[in-house]
Amino acid sequence: MSTVASVDVLIVGGGIVGCAIAERLARAGLSVCLVERDVLGGAATAASMGHLVVLDDDAAELALSAYSCARWQALAPSLPATAEYRRNGTLWIARNVEEMAEAQRKQWRLAQAGIDSELLTAAALAEQEPALAAGLAGGLRVASDGMLYPPVAAAWLARQAAAQGAQIRCGVGVRNLVEGAVLLDDGSELRAPHIIVANGCAAPELLYGAPIRKRKGHLLITTRSAPRVRHQLVELGYMQSAHGGDGESVAFNVQPRPSGQLLLGSTRQFDDVSSTVTPRLIQRLILRAQEFLPGLATATALRAWTGFRPTTPDHRPLIGPWPARAGVWLACGHEGLGVTTALGTADLLAAQLLGLELPFDARPFAPARFAAQVSHAA
Amino acid sequence: MPPEISVRIDGEDVRVRGDCSVAAALRQAGYAATRLAHDGSRRAACCGMGICFECRVQIDGRERLACLTPVAAGMEIWRDA
Repeated sequence: MSTVASVDVLIVGGGIVGCAIAERLARAGLSVCLVERDVLGGAATAASMGHLVVLDDDAAELALSAYSCARWQALAPSLPATAEYRRNGTLWIARNVEEMAEAQRKQWRLAQAGIDSELLTAAALAEQEPALAAGLAGGLRVASDGMLYPPVAAAWLARQAAAQGAQIRCGVGVRNLVEGAVLLDDGSELRAPHIIVANGCAAPELLYGAPIRKRKGHLLITTRSAPRVRHQLVELGYMQSAHGGDGESVAFNVQPRPSGQLLLGSTRQFDDVSSTVTPRLIQRLILRAQEFLPGLATATALRAWTGFRPTTPDHRPLIGPWPARAGVWLACGHEGLGVTTALGTADLLAAQLLGLELPFDARPFAPARFAAQVSHAA
Repeated sequence: MPPEISVRIDGEDVRVRGDCSVAAALRQAGYAATRLAHDGSRRAACCGMGICFECRVQIDGRERLACLTPVAAGMEIWRDA
């Protein structure tokens, strides 16, 4: 088969980022086709926790995540119940005075982006979350953070796009990018002046030299017998784990699901590209979580799985034109923050593509920042 | 015939043959369901080999898989079905 079709915008990848972009551009009146080789929201989107969190360790990340969380809040009344959106807040936990000082700095930085938060003493922390271990120093409560069930949210965004005329094609992969078109696995060609690569870890398969590495993570979910928790609980040392070096790391990050189950994270490894669950890392994950939630000792683990975060060298996503190929745009490399930042990514990319006013500074996310290393790439 | 043993299921004393799993003991005693799903639907032991997790019950105060736990005299078993 060698049919040729033509659209304004072709999106490669139906994760939550690709689906959000399809919705945004279809709403702007463009003819859009999204191509997903497997199922919508089936890879990193499905493996993820779905924590909608404002991260502040970098001014650009703060702008993107704060804008995106506000967009999710605005969208919340439209989301289906099965997307399980809830705004139950993040509780950043400090173990000692140094981490309490970090909580104060975090409060100040969040305030720069208009995000309110509340410092908690040890007693206030225990009152908010009685299941936490004794002897913690306190914490910072960010009430506006939320969570959702990402694959359902992704599929819903795709349906919204389709309702506005977008074509959503699942089960067919993109074999190759050529000038102004893509060649699909079924032999057909799809022409588009704008091609948006939003396929996360798979981006380097299409764009040689795209600076994305897989960073493996393990997650585990308990049965409903787990300790009762209200907020997403994250240790303040989490960012050291997230942005630390290339080594293996484990940080306490627990999410209460609406069912009463607890979702336990998180591990980070660069060197393992197999999707196998590693018992040693599951053990580290559980032991870390038990330091904060002793009641987990008698909880039952129901399932464990892995996923891959698409990670860039500076831990910021790639959003904007790809300098090595005219007409090619990137919206990938979101590492562990793609669910949170999907809507902000879609708005930023749409603003650039349509020549609209930018919602926030695009430069920190410009793929061109890696131009030197891709200048010889295809 | 293996000897009968006494166990307590949902607060009720019952006699079962003691050479089996808790899941089989529940069936001997006439209990089909092991637990309720979060939507309230009843669930029962399905795979019998520790994979499906549908047979979880409280055994002596701990959540356990009924299919992988040998029944023993004096056990206190609670279903949430």
